[in-house]
Amino acid sequence: MPRPSPRFDRYFVAYKTIVVKEVTRFARIWLQTILPAGVSMSLYFIVFGQLIGPRIGEIAGYPYIQYIAPGLIMMSVITNAYSNVVSSFFGSKFQRHIEEMLVAPIPSAIILAGFVTGGMVRGLLVGTVVTVVALLFTELSAHSYPVVVATIVLTSVLFSLGGLINGIFARNFDDTSIIPTFVLTPLTYLGGVFYSIELLPPVWRSVSLANPVLYMVDAFRYGILGVSDVPIALAFAVIVGCIAALWCWSLYLLNRGVGIRS
Amino acid sequence: MAGPWYREIGRAPGSPHAYGIIYSKFHSAMSHPETNALEIRGLWKTYGNGRQALNGIDLTVRPGDFFALLGPNGAGKSTTIGIVTGLVNKTAGSIRVYGHDTDTALEAAKAEIGLVPQEINFSQFEPVIDIVVNQAGYYGIDRPLARERAEKYLKKLGLWERRHDRSRTLSGGLKRRLMIARALAHEPRLLILDEPTAGVDIELRRSMWDFLREMNRAGTTIILTTHYLEEAETLCRDIAIIDGGDIIENTSMKELIARLNTETFVLDLRAPIAAAPAIDGYRFRLVDASTLEVEVNKALGMNALFRHLSEMGIEVQSLRNKANRLEELFIHLLDRNIGSDAPA
Repeated sequence: MPRPSPRFDRYFVAYKTIVVKEVTRFARIWLQTILPAGVSMSLYFIVFGQLIGPRIGEIAGYPYIQYIAPGLIMMSVITNAYSNVVSSFFGSKFQRHIEEMLVAPIPSAIILAGFVTGGMVRGLLVGTVVTVVALLFTELSAHSYPVVVATIVLTSVLFSLGGLINGIFARNFDDTSIIPTFVLTPLTYLGGVFYSIELLPPVWRSVSLANPVLYMVDAFRYGILGVSDVPIALAFAVIVGCIAALWCWSLYLLNRGVGIRS
Repeated sequence: MAGPWYREIGRAPGSPHAYGIIYSKFHSAMSHPETNALEIRGLWKTYGNGRQALNGIDLTVRPGDFFALLGPNGAGKSTTIGIVTGLVNKTAGSIRVYGHDTDTALEAAKAEIGLVPQEINFSQFEPVIDIVVNQAGYYGIDRPLARERAEKYLKKLGLWERRHDRSRTLSGGLKRRLMIARALAHEPRLLILDEPTAGVDIELRRSMWDFLREMNRAGTTIILTTHYLEEAETLCRDIAIIDGGDIIENTSMKELIARLNTETFVLDLRAPIAAAPAIDGYRFRLVDASTLEVEVNKALGMNALFRHLSEMGIEVQSLRNKANRLEELFIHLLDRNIGSDAPA
C-alpha cells in the first residue's frame, strides 16, 4: 500500500488534535452535555409513552411508545450534535482561541472536519444514552442495523454542520439560541417524531414533506421498526444532499474568513 | 515499525522526532541561508468599514534579527502582524516568510511563524499543558513530541509546576508566558510578539527579556511591538516606526539613536535655587526650586555643564534621563509625521 504523504500525516495529527479537544471539552462538562438528554427523554417516555400512549393506541401496528422511541432518539441526536458545535465554535470565537487554529498550517476543511466530528461523537453518545433509557420503557430491536447506523451518523454530521454555520454567523450568545429555538425545535417536533404524517390532512402532509427532519426520523424509524412514511432511498438522498450543500457552504465561509477574520 | 503508521511518515533519516515539515524547514534554511525572515511589499489594508489601515507598506526583517515595530495606537502594527499570521485578510500586496509566499505557499509560511498576540486568546477552561500540546498538534506534531516540547518550554518559562491548572487561574504575567510557550511549541524560526510585556511587572518583564535574548541568540528571528520604548532600545537591533498606516522610519537602532543630537536630563539639586541658570549651549528649565531640567547637546557633553554649575555654586545631588532616548526620537518622528500631513 503506498504511504500517505507527510502533508497527510500533518493534517491527520491536526484533525486528531481538534477532535480530542472537542471531545474533552464536552466530556469535562458531562452534567451539562450528556446527562440532560437522558433525563428529558425519560420524562417524554413516562408522559407520552406510559401515561398518554395507551390511550392513543397503535400506529403502523406498533404501540405508541415503541413508535415514538426512534423519533425521540433521533431528536436528541439532532439537538446535541447541533448545540455542541454551535456552542463550541462560537465559544472559540468569543474567547478568540479559534486563532490558535487560524495561525496554524491547517486547511479549513480539517478545521471543519474536526468540529463536525466532535459534534457527531456527542450526538452518537447522547443517542446511545437515550437508547438505553428507551430500553427501560419499551422493547427495541433493529430491523436493519446498516440503516440505523448510517442514518444516525449522517444525521449527526448534518446537524453538526448546521451548528457550525450558526456559530460562524453568531455575533453574541443570543444568536446561538435563535435558530435552535425558532427553527430546529419546530422542525423536529413537526418532523414526525410523535406521529405518522399519514394522520395529517393532505395539505399538511405535503407541507411536512418539505421538512428535512422528517426524512431522518423516518429513515431511523425504518431501521428500527421497518416502517416509514417516505421511501428509504429518497430519505438518504435528502440527507446526503443536505450534507453536501452544508459542507460546501461551511467550507466557503471558513475559507472566506466570515465571522473569524477581518 | 514502532507505533502507528502515521508516526513514521515524513521522519527524516537519523532523527527520532523530526517530521516532514521540520525537516523541510531545516533543509530550506540550509539551502537558502540569506533568505529574509520576512519581506513585505506594497501591503495595503482597507477594512470593511472603509478605514484605511495600511498604505502600501514595505518591510524587510533579516534572519536572526531582533526587530522592533513601533507606532502609536491604531498605527497599523497589529493589522500588519494579523495579515502576516493569517488572522486578517489583506487588500493588496505580497508577503514572504523565509522565502515562502503567503499567496502560493501559505502553509509553509505559517509553519515558520510563532505568534504571541496582544490579547489573551487561549481557552480559559483548559489546563495549561493542554494548551501547548494542542497548539503543537495543530502544526502536525504528534502527542509524544508535543509533550516533550510542552515540558521544555513550560519549564523554561516557569510554568511547569502549574501545568495541570486551568489557565484562567494564572496571573496576568503567567498568562503572557503561557502564550510564549504556546507560540514556541512548533519551534518557529520567526517569533512575533505583539506587546508581550503589557501589564507585566518589572521583575517578570526583565526575566522575559532574558528569555527572548536567549531565543534570539539561539537563532530565532524576533519581531517585537511594544509601548515600552526602553524595551525596544534594550533588546532590538533594527527598528521600523509605523504611523497612520505608513512606515515613517526603518533603520538600525544604533543609526536611529545616533541621530539624537540632544538629551534632556533632570538634575536634583542639593539646595534650592531662585532661578534657572544661564549657560551658553545649554537650555535650562526650573521645574521647582530643587529640580532643574537641562537639554544637553551631544557635542558639549556633561563635564562642561558640571564645571559651570559648580562655579555658580549649584551642587547636583543626582541626575536621570527625562525620557528614554528612543522615546524622545519616537515623539520627534511622530510630531514630524503629523507636521508633514498638515495641509500647506
